[in-house]
Amino acid sequence: MSQFVSFVLPGIPYGCAYALMAAGLVLTYQASGVFNLAFGAQAFVSAVLFTIAVRAGWPGWIAFLVSVVLAAPLIGVLLEQVLFRFTRTAPPLVKLVPALGLLIAIPSLVQLVIGTSARVPSSLLLSPSEVYFHLAGSPVSGEELSTTVVAVVVIILLALLLQSSGLGLRMRAVVESPRMAELAGIRSERVSAFAWGISSLFAGLAGVLLAPIYPQVNAANFTALLVAAVAAAAIGGFASMPLTLLGGVVLGIVQEVIAGYLPSGSVLSSGLRPAFPFVVLAVVLVSRRSLRGAQPSLGDPLAGCDPPPPSLRPPARMAEVAIGSRVFAGVLAALLLVTAAVLVPGNWEFTLTQGLVLSVIFLSITVLTGLGGQISLCQATFAGAGAFAVGQLAAHFGTPVLLGLLVGGGLAAGIGALVALPTLRLGGLSVGLLTLSFALVADNVLFLYSWSGGGGSGLSVPRPTVAGISFASSSAFFWLVVVLLALVSLAVRLLGAGTTGQELAAIRGSEIGAASIGVNVNRLRVVAFTLSAAVAGVGGGLYASLQQSVSPTDFNYQFSLVYVVVVASIGIYTVAGAIEAGLAYTVLLQLIGNLPSRYSSLLGLVFGLVALSYVRHPEGVVEYARIWALDRAEQLARLLKRHEQAAGS
Amino acid sequence: MTAPRTLPPPASDRRLAQPERLPLLDVQGVEAAYGPYRALFGVSFSVPAGSAVALVGPNGAGKTTVARVISGLLRASAGTIAFDGQEITRWPAWRIARAGLVHAPEGRSVFASLSVEENLVLALKGVNHRAQAEALERAYGAFEHLARRKDQQAGTLSGGEQRMLSLAKVLALPRRLLVVDEVSLGLAPAVVDEVFDAMRQILRAGTSILVVEQHVERALALAERVVLLAHGRVLREGPTAEIAPEVSRLLPTGAGTLNTSPAAPQQPGGEPDRPEAE
Repeated sequence: MSQFVSFVLPGIPYGCAYALMAAGLVLTYQASGVFNLAFGAQAFVSAVLFTIAVRAGWPGWIAFLVSVVLAAPLIGVLLEQVLFRFTRTAPPLVKLVPALGLLIAIPSLVQLVIGTSARVPSSLLLSPSEVYFHLAGSPVSGEELSTTVVAVVVIILLALLLQSSGLGLRMRAVVESPRMAELAGIRSERVSAFAWGISSLFAGLAGVLLAPIYPQVNAANFTALLVAAVAAAAIGGFASMPLTLLGGVVLGIVQEVIAGYLPSGSVLSSGLRPAFPFVVLAVVLVSRRSLRGAQPSLGDPLAGCDPPPPSLRPPARMAEVAIGSRVFAGVLAALLLVTAAVLVPGNWEFTLTQGLVLSVIFLSITVLTGLGGQISLCQATFAGAGAFAVGQLAAHFGTPVLLGLLVGGGLAAGIGALVALPTLRLGGLSVGLLTLSFALVADNVLFLYSWSGGGGSGLSVPRPTVAGISFASSSAFFWLVVVLLALVSLAVRLLGAGTTGQELAAIRGSEIGAASIGVNVNRLRVVAFTLSAAVAGVGGGLYASLQQSVSPTDFNYQFSLVYVVVVASIGIYTVAGAIEAGLAYTVLLQLIGNLPSRYSSLLGLVFGLVALSYVRHPEGVVEYARIWALDRAEQLARLLKRHEQAAGS
Repeated sequence: MTAPRTLPPPASDRRLAQPERLPLLDVQGVEAAYGPYRALFGVSFSVPAGSAVALVGPNGAGKTTVARVISGLLRASAGTIAFDGQEITRWPAWRIARAGLVHAPEGRSVFASLSVEENLVLALKGVNHRAQAEALERAYGAFEHLARRKDQQAGTLSGGEQRMLSLAKVLALPRRLLVVDEVSLGLAPAVVDEVFDAMRQILRAGTSILVVEQHVERALALAERVVLLAHGRVLREGPTAEIAPEVSRLLPTGAGTLNTSPAAPQQPGGEPDRPEAE
């Protein structure tokens, strides 16, 4: 008994922090329809501010006021005002991408501003390590006491607020249709700004409360906090506040108890403890009734007041403009290549090859999300499966790399199909979260075994040899990648233009509408996931062969998030968009790598911020610029033509 | 066709004859667009206090857009709208609603995820508990269907029931001006009769009504004045008795387009221009 209690007690502060953050997630989701994954980053900001203020000698309570009561809601309201109020009635992907962008951009910004030096966290109320009393023989420290007390008080305050003022009802009205709420005299903007302020305060509070548990204030720890909170929110069905809070606390406790009883030292015990929330998340998402089945369509009945969205299909162009633009694009590409070769220091050929290899992986997002409209946050995991297959086959059986790529693609395709099956009855957001939990389980458990990810040291992967010709040199490998990328691009393009592509476009537009014209939505989802995972697997294998080694950290879940953000911000609907995204990513990575290490976070910041533009330009910034430029060119061409005719007559 | 309840004075001096009936709503030269698509081209008309006005016209005439611009859902790009002597052109929708101008949009304008009762409670914002209970009772009395389903999610109601709920929301409290868009759409004829009866009641109680309708005959039976809209412009405006025959000829029952056969005499306004949609 006393052993059990000694495992339960340290779980309570975790549980309280999970519950607080989860309450914030549910609140914003209910009030604005946005599942704000950026709360992980916002918690990090508050924790960092608090630590800095305390280190600077401020009294604890002033530091708390500034970092949690003032800064956290301010950030939340700011985000709502400049960004999320435009996404209220947008499809799930448009809501998710900017939140992911912020999750990546905010910690990068913090690092850029205050540097990367490690920060030892300070605790809020009581001395964290001092033991105040014993419960069933186990010591209760100041950490556990202060976290629990603060969390309970704050949650009671929230419950009173939601109950007494009818605010909860108004929030639910606003999220469904801000316009209709306004017709009932409700100030939609105010309600949703208020919800963002309160929930950001919760996130900040969770961050400051949890920070002392970790040895240092580090963004990754807060992402773990976020995922646990997401699991708690799923337990509450993204709606029920009491269930969410309970879920958070139970999750924190069970996690510690499991860690206490499992034999120490094995992959399972070291992996399962961090992975436990994700397993819970996956199980809850698949089994919870309210998250399953056909969701009632909650489109805004007054969406007709908005101007029609721009068409994603580029309009037909005048022949002169179409040809001219291709010539122009070719010249521009050549110029860029030359500039890259001259300006990008280091091995530019390697950088370029890396960009093209990444383009292959990015094409998997074009297939799944661009064509099929499905959200996946585990594309890097699919790529990892392909990479490890190539590595293991080469190491154990001496299988040629090209054959390994095929097998790796096939393996990834199988995994993709398996991942797709439980998503069949879920809506967009839940699919995203389920794939994220799969990625995290893979990172923390699956990829750690030596038979998959090669253990701690990773695997060495050879460069391919085809029919006696070695592609070991970097220029030979470059041309091989060019050929393979061309093949994959062609395949994706054919897929998009064919029947399957049209059916995918139909389910992207409306799954119900597609089903009503005889499209088998379930089959197509599996097809989309399978094909996309296959592409990602081939790309991952190529990546391993390029690096000549591969280790589990190469395909960390964070890469999945970054990949989606990068592709979505550059152009998710076209093959060209994926290639541009791959090149832009690696070239920028190379450029930033040459700057002092202080600026290493610029990459995340740049793409995180560009992802925010996804709200306005779902076609991607490059695609948007291209359409804009072509429009202007066409205007000019018309003008010239008219001028010519006038001169001729 | 039923005769209007009050015979309006002759058109020539009707404003002079009734100086006490200042317009409650005055729309002047309003233009509006959805992105690049222009929908209204200088629409002007007014709703006298305490009266019902019918806004009729073929499909795509801009009727719904007029209703949206009045209630603040859509910002007018030009022109002014005055409500009770105050200019409300740039007011946000919530402020217009609080001033007593309520809009029942076309279609199933209910909060699908909220229960029937929650939908009604939201519409009763700003009244005390007793008044709220009374209003709920009135609403359930008027629409017995809803009383039986008050704890059900509004999204799970049938189309007609959702329509009833969206009307119950606006009829629950006395207001200054009610703008109802396509009230009869999706309702059984008997229910439409009930709704029009309810509107007559609140009209008698002093609420003004702007009724936007495809169903011309019912609207004309209720309204004292008619505004005929076509291609985003006001084609005719006047007392019902005066222009009802003309409206019936231009807009035969069930017609989706204007009946502009050569037999129709040309009016000074001439044929409407096509809107210059880009």
